[in-house]
Amino acid sequence: MTLLKTTELAIIGAGPAGICAALEAASYGVEVTLIDRGDMPGGQLVKQTHKFFGWHEKSAGTRGVVIARDLAQRARKDPNVQFMGSTEALGYYKDDGTLLLETPYGIEGVKPKRLLVATGASEKMLLFPGNDLPGVYGAGAVQTLMNVHGVRPGQSVLMIGSGNIGLIVSYQLAQAGVHVEALVEALPQIGGYAVHASKIRRLGIPILTKHSIKEAYGERCVEGAVIWEIDDRWQGIPGSERDLKVDVICLATGLSPLCEFLWQAGAEMTYIPALGGFVPVYDENMQTTLSGVYVAGDVASIEEASTAMAEGYLAGVAIAHSLGKISDVDFEAKRKGYLKELEQLRAGPTSKKIVEGLAVLRDETGKRVSV
Amino acid sequence: MENDFLSTGIPSLEQIEAIVPSKARREKGPFVVIECFQEIPCDPCYHSCRFGAICEFATINDIPKVDWDKCTGCGICVAACPGLAIFVVDETFSDTECLVALPYEFLPLPEKGEKVSLLSRSGAELATGEVHRVVPGRKPAGTTVVWVRAPKELSMEVRNIRLTGRGGANRE
Amino acid sequence: MRIKNHPILDFEEKERVKFYWEGEELWGYEGEPIASALHAAGIKVLHESIKRSHPRGFFCAIGNCSSCLVIVDGVPNVRACTEKLRAGMRVEMQKGVGPALSSKE
Repeated sequence: MTLLKTTELAIIGAGPAGICAALEAASYGVEVTLIDRGDMPGGQLVKQTHKFFGWHEKSAGTRGVVIARDLAQRARKDPNVQFMGSTEALGYYKDDGTLLLETPYGIEGVKPKRLLVATGASEKMLLFPGNDLPGVYGAGAVQTLMNVHGVRPGQSVLMIGSGNIGLIVSYQLAQAGVHVEALVEALPQIGGYAVHASKIRRLGIPILTKHSIKEAYGERCVEGAVIWEIDDRWQGIPGSERDLKVDVICLATGLSPLCEFLWQAGAEMTYIPALGGFVPVYDENMQTTLSGVYVAGDVASIEEASTAMAEGYLAGVAIAHSLGKISDVDFEAKRKGYLKELEQLRAGPTSKKIVEGLAVLRDETGKRVSV
Repeated sequence: MENDFLSTGIPSLEQIEAIVPSKARREKGPFVVIECFQEIPCDPCYHSCRFGAICEFATINDIPKVDWDKCTGCGICVAACPGLAIFVVDETFSDTECLVALPYEFLPLPEKGEKVSLLSRSGAELATGEVHRVVPGRKPAGTTVVWVRAPKELSMEVRNIRLTGRGGANRE
Repeated sequence: MRIKNHPILDFEEKERVKFYWEGEELWGYEGEPIASALHAAGIKVLHESIKRSHPRGFFCAIGNCSSCLVIVDGVPNVRACTEKLRAGMRVEMQKGVGPALSSKE
């Protein structure tokens, strides 16, 4: 193992939250090490071919892939930001402040003054017979295959879940020339934005609410799926089965924060379903219960790229302030600005659940984190 | 019913009627049809209009409102909307036909004069029509806008096209 | 299975390389994940589960789930979805836990 080097701010995860935090902190002169297990920064943005929502001045109307490219370029060009790609963060040892990394050249230790965990989220699994057959893929996996590697996942897809991811990936499948047989949603309402649903309805893709998958079948991989209607107690209604000849079953049933790193590091965690499951306890400056360790993006709460970016900027300026790089007055002004942005992004009816979840978190934070 | 829209993705007749201008205005020239009925944080449409026809947003979650006197039906907002929810309709094209401008993000791109299937909001085939104009978007940022001729009585129904004979939206 | 023309994206031309799956010669692109090259060649079953030898493919395609473990050049427990393809690579289906020691050729 090489000698431990120091860095002012180590960021784990170079997705939208991580990159924005890096740029913000670097703009105040913080020396940043931006780490990602992939070989390029960009996170989930690199697969998003659709145009983003939000403010016109803040990348709305711009495709995710373009936002990814622009952010990555800015991060690479910034003299205060060092990007370490193909590097996996193995753990953080709070007693001596060591961050252990696996780089392409071996294991390295770093001693960061501040640490930001922006590791994002991963697909939830759904239980049904046949769910381990090849051909059952997470929606993100299908996006990666199609939009990053240019490979179609199959011929005919059953999409499970009508949140924004399920709706968007169905559209992207059609754009890649793949037939989408149906989208099933357990709830009586579509989970994602109505405009995303309208886009796929006018392609002739049926959205079956109050439906779920009964089972997937096939010899060595998916050859078909049986879907059925479900009642108010989430039970399948016998007799309502439909057999669909599909070779891909795409799961878009929600995301869970990728927070194993925080568990290992010893940050206090709490279970708030509205935010995605187990999330770290963090305050209004995005700091966890571990002094000097911050979070931003989906690892803190499952939302959108726009909120991930705003949280990244917020964490970045908070970290810069904690390192004495920005005056109290200037920090307060910036902080208020980012908090207002987050508030506005979360003001609509589609963010109601998140707001409730964050209120639960604030209650807990009030009791546990000394700011 | 609003509830239906949130479970099907297809607006009701009442919802559509609420977003179209008066009969008098419709007889004057092309007009925008913004099929955005849900409060989500999004405002590019307002910024895209050069004529100020989309009213200024008070908050980011506002549903867009149109000033019909200012709308020229140019179609720029059709390409700008991230949700691909904006269309332009021109019921003055001829006695029997209207023009519908719709966003199109598939290959192959249709060509002027090509005969296509006209689809409803649920993807059902309504009729056949002819492509009148194609305004290509520049890769990767732009969205192509296709202006298609449709039977006039279907002006509020036609919201997608399928290329016949060359495959379609679901094929390369 | 490979997308030739995409309405939004342009796929970079990469170098075509030869590799081996279960002894069979296949072609893929230098630097793409093994799982992607295999999938493009129509191969979806990458692994057999430990207890019941169920066929497994990838699931998350990003290195989180370990569903796609294969043996590469004698080294077991390689995630096919993150490992990059190199010319001449010999990839085999991993059955169960795989060999205890790697047998680098």
